[in-house]
Amino acid sequence: MTKKALEIKDLKREFQMGSEIVRALKGISFTVEPGEFVTIMGSSGSGKTTLLNILGCLDKPTIGEYFLDGVDIKKLSRDELAQLRNHKIGFVFQSYNLLARTSALENVELPLLYNKDISVAERHERAMHALEAVKLADRADHLPNQLSGGQQQRVAIARALVNEPVMILADEATGNLDSRTSYEIMALIQELNSKDGKTIVFVTHEPDIAAFSSRTIQLKDGIIQKDTKNEKPRSAKEMLAALPVTEDYTLSS
Amino acid sequence: MNIFNLLRIAYRALLRNKLRAFLTMLGIIIGVASVIAMVAIGQGSKQSIHDQLSNMGTNMITVQPASNLNGGVRIAGTSFQTLTVKDIIALKARAKNISEISPAVTSRGQAINGALNWPTSMSGVSPEYLDIRKLTLKDGIPFTQNDVLTSAKVCLIGQTVIDNLFPNGENPVGKVIRFGHIPFKIIGVLNPKGFNAFGQDQDDILIAPYTTVQKRILATIYYSNIYASAASEAVTDQAVTEITQILRDSHRLRSSEDNDFQVRTQQELIATLSSTSGLLTVLLTVVAGISLVIGGIGIMNIMYVSVTERTKEIGLRMSIGARGRDILMQFLMEAILISITGGVIGVLLGFLSTRIVTLTLGWPTIISQSSVMLSFVVCAVTGIFFGYYPAQKASRLDPIEALRYE
Repeated sequence: MTKKALEIKDLKREFQMGSEIVRALKGISFTVEPGEFVTIMGSSGSGKTTLLNILGCLDKPTIGEYFLDGVDIKKLSRDELAQLRNHKIGFVFQSYNLLARTSALENVELPLLYNKDISVAERHERAMHALEAVKLADRADHLPNQLSGGQQQRVAIARALVNEPVMILADEATGNLDSRTSYEIMALIQELNSKDGKTIVFVTHEPDIAAFSSRTIQLKDGIIQKDTKNEKPRSAKEMLAALPVTEDYTLSS
Repeated sequence: MNIFNLLRIAYRALLRNKLRAFLTMLGIIIGVASVIAMVAIGQGSKQSIHDQLSNMGTNMITVQPASNLNGGVRIAGTSFQTLTVKDIIALKARAKNISEISPAVTSRGQAINGALNWPTSMSGVSPEYLDIRKLTLKDGIPFTQNDVLTSAKVCLIGQTVIDNLFPNGENPVGKVIRFGHIPFKIIGVLNPKGFNAFGQDQDDILIAPYTTVQKRILATIYYSNIYASAASEAVTDQAVTEITQILRDSHRLRSSEDNDFQVRTQQELIATLSSTSGLLTVLLTVVAGISLVIGGIGIMNIMYVSVTERTKEIGLRMSIGARGRDILMQFLMEAILISITGGVIGVLLGFLSTRIVTLTLGWPTIISQSSVMLSFVVCAVTGIFFGYYPAQKASRLDPIEALRYE
């Protein structure tokens, strides 16, 4: 049996808010196979963000088990979790979170700086390679404020790719982008998923985005409401081609 | 994460905010520069006081007859006649910590050159006296042991006496003047020494062999003083003890009897003056040290602001794999980088301002290596100390909250 990318068993997460206990997640189980593209959907208050934090190893479940690439995160210390994030997870955030006044290349190199096994030469090479994968190799020395929103998000995706993670975890990654740029980003993510076989977990509240994935998990009030396979995901590339070409955009990809 | 990566990250972070980094450094720069300049000025003045005293002969020991009870009447020490050639012989034979010794007799009188005259004093001494008192000749030659043996009527002349007896600038060497009614041939001219610390004119003097003064002027076998040089400044105390013992023996004093002489050194004077300027150095250092601490607090302040401002960056770094330790080291490294860079600039500025003080005000300054080392170390320690708490705060942030911080 092949190793699951991630495996969650009866996961619960509770918060102490003053004298009240808030149950954000009330028992969730699912597994993700390597190479899947999963969207986790839910309105606010559904426990989506809590689940995201746990999936991203930023938080630990109160009860239940979470295996990431076969590693039980419950047993890990704060520092070990950091290492795990460094080696196995690539984050993509809604607001890109690039370091200001730092070139695209250096932003992409950042995760490798925290991996002491990687030499300077290898770091450069892998960062350039990741930028090539998002088709921004020619902007390597641009600063974030010299890049468009879509380009910044692509730099962020390159940063998520550079450590060759088990899973790319995207949090509303298209939330700050207009629809054309959103499609561009989705097309890129689909390509990474289909061509390179990257496992992708995409947290969003837009049903529109969920249509691009191969599986949708719908959260409501801390439990899984629906877990559906999408046999025929839409192609973002085709959607992009179908959009009317306007003058204020030129395709850079 | 290795140290090179850390340095890179810290250096980049500082470059992103150059003006602020510089302003933060400024406290350290001023602190270090002032420590170095202040200590240099303090040390310089201490050294110059010391040099002045050394010039008077710091290892000089003076023996005087002491006041004593004589049948219930206290009599001034100087009127006692206790020091004789016997004492000199004993001291020369037995004292190990004394390098040179000279008896001295003094006579006041009128020096006369033709129609000009001037009241002055004549010291009768041995040739060693010049060494003991660190006197040097501007012109001519010193008298010799032979002159002492023959009670030669030769003398050395001080600048003040020359000014009064030879007002037209003629060369006094070879001229004959009279002291009282005895003619003396001038064989040497003393380099002027100016006034001493007590306002006495050290150049108002004639120096002649002691035998000449004893026999031809005073008609006495006693000495009014004995001057000696301790072998070095360090053994002055031993030399004093030694002299005291030898003179007691020589004067056949019983153990119940007080000394009939006094042994004095310059050490007390030096110690007093040194401690005054030592105190000055300490005070200056404290003031400068306070400004270093203030600089450190400046660093702490800015680092706290910086941690708050960069909360989101910290969250991001943590989410992509930075451990608490990495964040701690990053901010600590930034603080250290600020303080060390400030330290280096401060050292340079300290050198520069010290130089300027010397050049413009003419104050003597000595830049001591220890003050440079010290302020540098204090800098690094300041960086670590004041940078630690903000860095620790950063390292303990919760990545989830930090990422969501706006």
